[in-house]
Amino acid sequence: MAGSDTDARASADGDAPDTVKILIAGGFGVGKTTMVGSVSEIRPLRTEEPLTMAGLGVDDLDGVEEKRVTTVAMDFGRITVSDDLVLYLFGTPGQQRFWFMWNDLALGALGAVVLVDVRRPKSSFAAIDFFERRGIPFVVAVNGFHGEHPYPVEDIREALTLPAEVPVLLCDARERESSRDVLIALIDLLIAQAAAAS
Amino acid sequence: MGGSDPSGRLVRPFTLTGGRTRPSRADFTLITTVTAADPQPESAARPQPEHTRILRLCARPMAVAELAARLDLPVSVVVIMLCDLLEAGRITVRPPRSVTTPDPDLLQKVREGLGRL
Repeated sequence: MAGSDTDARASADGDAPDTVKILIAGGFGVGKTTMVGSVSEIRPLRTEEPLTMAGLGVDDLDGVEEKRVTTVAMDFGRITVSDDLVLYLFGTPGQQRFWFMWNDLALGALGAVVLVDVRRPKSSFAAIDFFERRGIPFVVAVNGFHGEHPYPVEDIREALTLPAEVPVLLCDARERESSRDVLIALIDLLIAQAAAAS
Repeated sequence: MGGSDPSGRLVRPFTLTGGRTRPSRADFTLITTVTAADPQPESAARPQPEHTRILRLCARPMAVAELAARLDLPVSVVVIMLCDLLEAGRITVRPPRSVTTPDPDLLQKVREGLGRL
């Protein structure tokens, strides 16, 4: 019971911080967990979910043919923003067949970062499409290979047919400051959208 | 629904679950924060070993996803146990901030926090 120095039973949940989340999405192997790890205050944690339980109603156990167990893994990290606010970063599962997980993950997210591999930009098409369709705000961050960026932002924007209002940034997901700046760009987008809406 | 006092809210152990007597899995998102009740209710039955592990982990507030990762169990399994613990009055639960229309103050706070990294 380390650290329970006050007797505040009635308001125990009132002492808990508020929580918000941001998704880090993109194609398989694009560096999502690397980005989560570079800004998280904890080593990225992993949860694994059996596919059948995650995706379907659990009560129906008839499907004997679905015996084969597949798991879908999510890596996530945490940033304590202030005493009473914690930001969680969730790396979305990269494999296409796990897209259905994203609906659950996307629910209640502030927004998303779509990471793009500079060598394989089109592997992040699906992620961009997903957030566009659902109206979830996102920024695109181009993760350089070994930190190098052979193409200017505008070439990438064109290759991905991104509208002008979607911010595109160059980043190095291994670097804390670079990843932080990507997150700040997303928050700035959200602030601008909130201001425009009011 | 007759007989409820129109001037006051019904105060029941499950106000956090919208008045349902049985908490459902939907009450626990990945970033719902769970805190062990302190002190624990005395009348309740002895917790099972896995429940005790959860209670130890959330002596301080902890998100559902983090509990699952630290227990090395699927989120869906942990949520079922959390339902039991909530029903027994052993934990309190704080849902995440609603972000359907993000609050500018909240966003500003996140931005400042990130700026300090």
